[in-house]
Amino acid sequence: MTGVDAMNDDDAPVIRLEGVAKSFVLHNQGGIELDVFRGIDLDVFAGESVALHGPSGTGKSSLIRLIYGNYLCSTGRILVRHGGGVTDIAKAAPHEIIELRRHTMGYVSQFLRVIPRVPALQVVAEPLRAVGIRADEAEARAGEMLARFNIPERLWSLAPATFSGGEQQRVNLARGFVMDYPVLLVDEPTASLDHANRDVVIDQIRAAVDRGAAVVGIFHDAAVRETAATRIVELTPAGAAA
Amino acid sequence: MTTMSAQEARDDGPLLTATGISHSYGDRIGCRDVTLDLWPGEVLGVVGESGSGKTTLLNCLSARFIPAAGALNYLLRTGETADVYAMGEAERRMLMRTDWGFVHQNPRDGLRMGVSAGANVGERLMAVGARHYGAIREQVTDWLGRVEMDLGRIDDLPTQFSGGMQQRVQIARNLVSGPRLVFMDEPTGGLDVSVQARLLDLLRGLTNDLGLSAVIVTHDLAVARLLSHRLMVMRRGEVVEQGLTDQVLDDPQHAYTQLLVSSVLQT
Repeated sequence: MTGVDAMNDDDAPVIRLEGVAKSFVLHNQGGIELDVFRGIDLDVFAGESVALHGPSGTGKSSLIRLIYGNYLCSTGRILVRHGGGVTDIAKAAPHEIIELRRHTMGYVSQFLRVIPRVPALQVVAEPLRAVGIRADEAEARAGEMLARFNIPERLWSLAPATFSGGEQQRVNLARGFVMDYPVLLVDEPTASLDHANRDVVIDQIRAAVDRGAAVVGIFHDAAVRETAATRIVELTPAGAAA
Repeated sequence: MTTMSAQEARDDGPLLTATGISHSYGDRIGCRDVTLDLWPGEVLGVVGESGSGKTTLLNCLSARFIPAAGALNYLLRTGETADVYAMGEAERRMLMRTDWGFVHQNPRDGLRMGVSAGANVGERLMAVGARHYGAIREQVTDWLGRVEMDLGRIDDLPTQFSGGMQQRVQIARNLVSGPRLVFMDEPTGGLDVSVQARLLDLLRGLTNDLGLSAVIVTHDLAVARLLSHRLMVMRRGEVVEQGLTDQVLDDPQHAYTQLLVSSVLQT
């Protein structure tokens, strides 16, 4: 059995990549075509955390962005279980991807895209508000997460635009982990964090795995990888995933 | 809650469907063969350089022009679908006043400069049948508060306001009647950066909280990224690329989009 049918069983993968390839065509630089990878097959099950590993330039971040729908898939299928069905991210319409991101799939990167004038507490509460959780409950959970990432309460009502780089990163992490998504994508979440906050990230990822989420991540730090991942998948420049 | 109601509405299909919209000015092409769906709660950004046809398209989608070719269907509150270009003039005007809003780049095009800020907003309510002065005044005050106007200035003329304040009055005037679909033409164009940021935040909050559908024309990719779910890139009257906003901006496929994205100054 392959593809969509096989994914409807309870013990089926939550994410399945089939023959995924990505290339970029740079039209304004002589039409150069850059092949990032080809023929990637990967299953990720509920309750596991897969670390993508490989030298720089093998397309680890690109693969995560493809799963999130942020990059367009050149060929292949990216199947994600969502709302009792299966969605092929490679073919889904924009409103379907937005819906899937809202309820099913979170993405945590190192960088916060600051929204002018929106206070940190609201930045973090927003994913909860978007699924219809009441303001007071969403803000309570957002505050808890900000506290866990050691953002002092006096900053919660301020817009993160004025925060230090490290504080912005932690606000972003709080926002990324505030929802219990069934699928969680994390791209170098611990880069440049101090030990205490790095441990908070690891705890969050392990908690996600424990509640049955499927996690795909990039962890540059070997110690973080050892503790945050349950399986390591090697990406090679030629493009085959183990 | 608005998110949930937008989802329920989504089962009924798109709110607005445009098919094969083409309009030219003599030999010059305004827009050519544009087809799109706009779903309930969805914000569509239209980007492109000056002269790319994005304002012409906006005028066709909002029925301010009837294009030379194409069809426009709109899902009414009753659940029926209306063929907008085939409607009678009076019926179409009623739809544009009640269910739709249009925010112009220049507030002078969307406001009556000779009457007060409060009257500009209240007028719109009276146009849809409100008659009770107290109730109108209450809604006007509520909306001017939501767009962060100083309520002490409700009886001042728009000419006495800054550009950013005028734009906020124009937004209140458009939203007070509870539209489901709002068209905006460069809503933050021509404003200082700080005023623009404040207005963007306001628009973002309003579209999120009200579950509004919107079509926003802008040449500013940062504005498009902040406000729109989906993006359409126009060049010489044609749509060259469309998709999820962050995907189009982070992984542009068409040569023109790649040029636009790579031309943005990084700060």
